[in-house]
Amino acid sequence: MTTELGMPSIGVRSGTAGVPHLAEDDPRQTKKEFTSDQEVRWCPGCGDYAILAAVQGFLPELGLKRENTVFVSGIGCSSRFPYYLDTYGMHSIHGRAPAIATGLATSRPDLSVWVVTGDGDALSIGGNHLIHALRRNVNLTILLFNNQIYGLTKGQYSPTSEVGKVTKSTPMGSVDHPFNPVSLALGAEATFVARTTDTDRKHLTEILRAAAEHRGTSLVEIYQNCPIFNDGAFDLIKDRTQQEARIVHLADGEPVAVGPEGDRQVLVRGAGGVMEFVPHAESEGRDVVVHDAGAADPTQAFALSRLDSPQMTHVPMGIFRSVSRPTYDDMVRAQVDAAIDTAGGRPTDADLDALIHGRDTWTVA
Amino acid sequence: MTQTQSSGKSVQRLDRVVIRFAGDSGDGMQLTGDRFTSETAALGNDLSTLPNFPAEIRAPQGTLPGVSSFQLHFADHDVLTPGDAPDVLVAMNPAALKANLRDLPRGATIIANTDEFSKRNLAKVGYDANPLDDGSLESWHVHPVALTSITVEALAAFDTLSRKDKERAKNMFALGLLSWMYHRPTTGTESFLEKKFGSKPDILAANLTALKAGLNYGETTEDFAVSYEIAPAKMAPGTYRNITGNAALALGLVTASHRAGIPLVLGSYPITPASDILHTLSGLKRYGVTTLQAEDEIAGIGAALGASFGGAIGVTTTSGPGVALKSETIGLGVSLELPLVIVDVQRGGPSTGLPTKTEQSDLLQAMFGRNGESPVPIIAPQSPADCFDAALEAVRIATTYRTPVFLLSDGYLANGSEPWSIPSVSELPDLTVEFATEPNDTDDKGEPVFHPYLRDEATLARPWAIPGTPGLEHRIGGIEKANVTGNISYDPDNHDLMTRLRAAKVERIADTIGDLEVDDPSGEATVLVLGWGSTYGPIAAAARSVRNTGAQVARAHLRHLNPFPANTGEVLRRYDKVLVPEMNMGQLAMLLRAKFLVDVHSFTQVRGLPFTTVELADAIVSLASGADTLAPDSKATDTVAAKGGHA
Repeated sequence: MTTELGMPSIGVRSGTAGVPHLAEDDPRQTKKEFTSDQEVRWCPGCGDYAILAAVQGFLPELGLKRENTVFVSGIGCSSRFPYYLDTYGMHSIHGRAPAIATGLATSRPDLSVWVVTGDGDALSIGGNHLIHALRRNVNLTILLFNNQIYGLTKGQYSPTSEVGKVTKSTPMGSVDHPFNPVSLALGAEATFVARTTDTDRKHLTEILRAAAEHRGTSLVEIYQNCPIFNDGAFDLIKDRTQQEARIVHLADGEPVAVGPEGDRQVLVRGAGGVMEFVPHAESEGRDVVVHDAGAADPTQAFALSRLDSPQMTHVPMGIFRSVSRPTYDDMVRAQVDAAIDTAGGRPTDADLDALIHGRDTWTVA
Repeated sequence: MTQTQSSGKSVQRLDRVVIRFAGDSGDGMQLTGDRFTSETAALGNDLSTLPNFPAEIRAPQGTLPGVSSFQLHFADHDVLTPGDAPDVLVAMNPAALKANLRDLPRGATIIANTDEFSKRNLAKVGYDANPLDDGSLESWHVHPVALTSITVEALAAFDTLSRKDKERAKNMFALGLLSWMYHRPTTGTESFLEKKFGSKPDILAANLTALKAGLNYGETTEDFAVSYEIAPAKMAPGTYRNITGNAALALGLVTASHRAGIPLVLGSYPITPASDILHTLSGLKRYGVTTLQAEDEIAGIGAALGASFGGAIGVTTTSGPGVALKSETIGLGVSLELPLVIVDVQRGGPSTGLPTKTEQSDLLQAMFGRNGESPVPIIAPQSPADCFDAALEAVRIATTYRTPVFLLSDGYLANGSEPWSIPSVSELPDLTVEFATEPNDTDDKGEPVFHPYLRDEATLARPWAIPGTPGLEHRIGGIEKANVTGNISYDPDNHDLMTRLRAAKVERIADTIGDLEVDDPSGEATVLVLGWGSTYGPIAAAARSVRNTGAQVARAHLRHLNPFPANTGEVLRRYDKVLVPEMNMGQLAMLLRAKFLVDVHSFTQVRGLPFTTVELADAIVSLASGADTLAPDSKATDTVAAKGGHA
């Protein structure tokens, strides 16, 4: 049996709607205010430093009351993140941050809730919680630091490591087929999926802005270099001589294209719907793929996520999908609020007395 | 006492009766039992019930594994158990007869549905001959009644109903017959049916007709010459309702949240026999209750803990296998020092075990089932209605001491029911919660700061500062923290201190729970029976039975299993012998021996059913008379009639 939920139309609301903002005349927040007094203890050269700096630099822009911001993490190098932000924070247990954040976000509409996780935390031990948070569309922003390795446990292959990867636990090469986090999130019908990198501060900040603005679960995959156990994993797209030919910058409403001026490759649909890059000149009259992040059907976004390959020939970056769908926490609260309203307001002692009496009582004098 | 009714039939007065309704899973025995219970409660008898059903939703029809039963004990005095052995068995088919006959004392009454005693059905359960005809039941008083065909006959006028629909009303016919036998009013059942089948007038009329036909059958058939009256029990003044443990627990949680002034957030995953708590709470949104049916057990408790971090009372409900999955998060709760209530409705284990049967075998899991030194308070309700008070106590401890708390119910308490003297909500304990709102310390420069692990001197609890509180921003986590500041600390002395502080905090709870009370009317007993949880009823009944023979026995019951009441050791040492009955292999006994160095006598059974009064009484008598070892007597129920033991 299903029932018409009769939910009030939520419309397109900001991800931070309901969270107390600073007043106009309040002093502007600074990056320093969001920086805790704790010494940062990642390895020198770790990509996490750049991400931390970008997040600390971005948070003041949101204009939210600092006490209404919460970071929840799991276990792993990236999960130390909350300690370094002077907000509320919880460093929880391996893989479970999305579940904990779901309970927090659902019970507290006045909080901006962020999850910081890694490829092992989110996709291996916590894979179940991640996909369920995404399908429910809880109002959370999930930052998934993907370094394609287990760092904190000192260098085992992760669920995003490439086949054949030699690590301490795979001396003859990994035989595990990796997850593509973007494909996985789109498969779970995530409403906001984006990818960025640790070293591109400007792009990272743009994505954080869009993710925070989105109401629902925003999944942001951040390519992050581990200088100790997987150094150079993303060099092909960080090398200035290579990146222009490899990074496919997704721009909403624009044809999907890659390469420098003069050697521009454009994505077209060929026979049977198969997508391929062809030189700009040859794309005339072809079925050019135009990016539509707001498409209700995630099929094209999924197809774009499949352009990835271990060789990093073409790596899409940017927002794959951004669609509006009622969020789980808004709907849960709407049901509770509606039940309270229908009953005439918050329960009194007399209401509780009536509840525990039930319908079938007898009295002994 | 016998008198004669206007119909010429005699009426006998009894002080107590145990009835068991048994049939196929699809025969509606639980519903029939529930209705009979409701009628009995309305009449003012004291009562206790024991539903017993298979884990399969529909086991193959007519087979032994498919038998579902509901036992009800009611009396004109206070009732402590659902009864050792039925006085009346309603057997809807041969499987129901065969599965329950061994529990039936000789001389008891059997009402058998003869329509189902076909060759095929008899063969299904291994009867070569029909026991109703072959004389094998001559020690019992058998009423063969063609329940199905009489019901169908009574519904002959209902043209719109199929034969199958008509047959389905046979449980109402049986209920009508039993209602006549025991003078139960049926108006409650009639209005219940009206509510249930209001949208299906023909089904409603058929059920009402079947119920009436059952009453009339008793009244007019010569086979039933006697009916019985059981006077109302003398109960303390008050307003009562009948309630199951799971319902009482759910209402207790909601009421605790109301008294605490903070919202209740349940994160749960369906599991037998705890799911009804999830169902009940899901229907109580009007009371500000939020329920999340999570993707798994781990997410259930994770969501609850997240809600607790945000200032709600986070609760998760489960059974033993679920606790195993939640262990790591419970450990996180111990480290974070946040309130959290874990309700474990225990069932038979290990592994999937016996999902629908009761056991007390998760005590050590609750006590020790986590990595590291991870103390968690444990409380256990003693009866179905007591689940309400236990829920309030769990919330009190969780919020006062900022700690996860285990509430150990079990399958018997969950589904069993009893009359409950309903309290007045405004007179229940005040559980008001105080959140931290201001800095609580000063730093080196004398500036005010907030230290999340600066403890209350009396309780050792840390402040509960919830997100949204300006100036108190802080980070907590599962890594060891420095006492006071809460910053990550790997310092050896700090870890030693924090480990001892967490243990001491749980021990401090003993300051607020009162002493263990002993029931020893004569003051001359040498044997103490000490129990916990749902064995309360059987132990109390056994003690009463022993005292009725002129012997003495003392009795005490633990509600708090961690920490124990402060005087527990002293009570144990006061008696020559201590008997500890448990539905496990001796888990409380192990704790008592370890903690108090007292050589308690463990008495155990794990049959998925509560102890019988008589087996416990036998154990007490045999310990008192010098026995060194105690073995549960599997034939205990056979001896009940001979000894006349009664609860």
